[in-house]
Amino acid sequence: MKHVIIGAGPAGIIAAETLRRADPRSTVTVVGDEPEPPYSRMAIPYLLTGSIGDAGTHLRRGADHFAKLAVDIRRDRATGVDVGDRRVALAGGGHLDYDRLLIASGSHAVRPPIAGMDLQGVENCWTLADARRVAAGARAGARVVLMGAGFIGCIVLEALAKRGVELTVIEMGERMLPRMMDDVGGEMIKRWCESKGVRVLTGARVGAVSAADGGLELALDSGESLRAELVVCATGVSPNVDFLADTAVRIEDGVLVDEYLCSSVADVYAAGDVAQGPDFSTGERRVHAIQPTASEHGRIAALNMAGGRTRFRGSLSMNVLNTLGLVSSSFGLWMGAEGGETARAADAERFRYLRLEFQADRLVGALALGLTQHVGVIRGLIQTRVRLGQWKPQLLRDPLLVMDAYLDCTRRRA
Amino acid sequence: MHKSLLIDPEKCTSCLQCEMACSFEHEGVFNPAKSRIKIFEFEHGRRAIPYTCTQCAEAWCLYACPVEAISLNMETGAKEVAEDVCVGCKVCTIACPFGTINYNQDTGKVIKCDLCGGDPQCAAACPTGAITYVDADWTGYDRMREWAQKTHSQPSA
Ligand SMILES: Cc1cc2nc3c(=O)[nH]c(=O)nc-3n(C[C@H](O)[C@H](O)[C@H](O)COP(=O)(O)OP(=O)(O)OC[C@H]3O[C@@H](n4cnc5c(N)ncnc54)[C@H](O)[C@@H]3O)c2cc1C
Repeated sequence: MKHVIIGAGPAGIIAAETLRRADPRSTVTVVGDEPEPPYSRMAIPYLLTGSIGDAGTHLRRGADHFAKLAVDIRRDRATGVDVGDRRVALAGGGHLDYDRLLIASGSHAVRPPIAGMDLQGVENCWTLADARRVAAGARAGARVVLMGAGFIGCIVLEALAKRGVELTVIEMGERMLPRMMDDVGGEMIKRWCESKGVRVLTGARVGAVSAADGGLELALDSGESLRAELVVCATGVSPNVDFLADTAVRIEDGVLVDEYLCSSVADVYAAGDVAQGPDFSTGERRVHAIQPTASEHGRIAALNMAGGRTRFRGSLSMNVLNTLGLVSSSFGLWMGAEGGETARAADAERFRYLRLEFQADRLVGALALGLTQHVGVIRGLIQTRVRLGQWKPQLLRDPLLVMDAYLDCTRRRA
Repeated sequence: MHKSLLIDPEKCTSCLQCEMACSFEHEGVFNPAKSRIKIFEFEHGRRAIPYTCTQCAEAWCLYACPVEAISLNMETGAKEVAEDVCVGCKVCTIACPFGTINYNQDTGKVIKCDLCGGDPQCAAACPTGAITYVDADWTGYDRMREWAQKTHSQPSA
C-alpha cells in the first residue's frame, strides 16, 4: 500500500507516524513545501520571544526520527492531483503514485484587500519564515501595528509586546477575540492589555497603508493616521487547496470530510486546518483550525487509510490563550445553545470570568478568564455529555463549583 | 506490570500531607498550591477526594503537545513533562479531560504527576493509606479510564 501525505505539519506528521504503526508494510511519503524540518506553527510565538530557538519549534526531537520510522519526508510542493490515475504532480517535476492520499496542507495567511498590503514592512505571522521577518522588524522601541485581534492575533500580540515594541492593535470587530470571547471577556482582555501599555482599537478599520519617511503610514477609517515601522497582519487564513482545483474533491471552507475523514472522493482523506470535518457540538461540518484537532484528525485519518474503520465523533472547538499574563479559554458552544441556559460569574476588578452554557442538564460550552487550574475538566464534562442532574441548578447559581460538579458526577458514573 | 496510585477517598482526612510531599519533591518547598495532587473537599469538609493524573492510556496531553515535550516513561507508565522543551502554550491543559495537567504561572510551564519516577511521595506521606501505590489492575482508576474513553473524539483503536 502506498500512502502519500501532502503537508508536513502536525496533522501530516501524526498521520505518517500512525500509518507506520497501523500499516507497517506500507510506504509512507510526506511532501512538505517549507524548508524547515517538520515544525509546529504554535511554537512561533515562543521563537519570537526568544524563549526557544528554531529547533524548539520542531515537531520531533531526534534527527533520525523519520528515517528510523522509514517515513520519507520530501521537500517539494504538490501542484495537482489526478484522482483517476491516483497520482500527485510535484513542482519539482516529478510525481508520486498513491493508493491512499491524505491532504494535510493547512492554510495560508490572507491580507485584507486594501491598498499598500504589499509594501515592505507588512508581514504575516504564520510561518517560520514570516516569524524571522517579524523578529527582524520588531526591535525594542519600534512602532508596530498589529491588524487583527482574533485568536492568532492575540497570540502574536503577547509575543510582540514581550519584545518591547510600541504596540497598537487594530480589530475590525467590536471586541477583541470576536470568535472566542463574549463582550464581557473581550472587554476585560482589552482593559488588561491597555493596563499593560498596549493600545487597542476595536471597531476600527485600516483604509490604506502607504510608505512614509522610510516607514509606513496607516490611514484608519476614523480619520486617524498611524506611523509604524512594522505592520503585522493576522487577519485570517484560507485553506491550501489550489492543487485540487481540477478534481471532484468537494470544498467549502475546507476539504469536506465525513466521520472517517474521507473526502467526497474515495481514498482521498483530509486532516487538520485544511479539513472541514464533523463538529462535536453541532454535528455540522466546520473547520477547527487548532492543534488538538489537527492531531486527532491526523490519527483517525491514518487509521482509516490503513484499512481500519474508526469513527471520528467530531472535534470540539477549544482555545487557550495567554494575553500578557491573563489566561483565557473557550470551549464548544460558549455563545450558547438554542433553548439553553447560561451561568455567569464575573469579577471585573480581578479579571476573572466564568461563563457556562447548558443544554438540558448537560454542559455544552464555556468561557474562562483567569482560570488555570483544572480547566481541562470543562472539556471532560462537555465531551462525555455527562448529565449534571442536581448539580445544574447549583452551577446556575455558582458556576465556580464546576470542579466539584465534575468530581461528583464522574465518581458517581464510574 | 505498571503500578498506579490507588486512591481511597473514604480514608482521606484532608490532612494535606500528600500535597506538601508532592510540592517538596518537585518544587523544593512545602506549598500545597504547588502540588500536582490536590485534595478537594465536599460537604463543608465532611468528604475529601485526593485527585491527580491517572496516567491514562489515551494520553491526551501527550498527543496535543506541539513540541514533543510530554513523553511516556516506559518503566513507570507515567506521562512526563520535559520542562526544558515545554514552551508553555497550555494546549495540553484544555486537551486533558481530567484537568490534571496545569499551568504554573511562576515557571511558565505545565506541571503534572510523574509518579516521582516510581516512588510517589504522596503515597509515602499519606498517614491513613488513602493513597497507595499498587499494581495497576487493582486500582479504581480503571473505572476512570473507562470514563476517559467516553470522551468522544478519541479514536478507539
Ligand atoms: C502563530 C500561531 C500560533 C498558534 N497557536 C495555536 C495555539 O495556541 N493553539 C492551537 O490549538 N493552535 C494554534 N495555532 C494553530 C495551529 O498551529 C494549527 O492548527 C496547526 O498548525 C494545524 O496543523 P496542520 O498540519 O493542519 O497544518 P500546518 O501546520 O499549516 O501544516 C501544513 C503544511 O503543509 C504545507 N503545504 C501546503 N500546501 C502544500 C503543497 N501543495 N505541497 C506541499 N506542502 C504543502 C504547508 O506549507 C505546511 O507546512 C497557531 C498558529 C499560528 C500560526
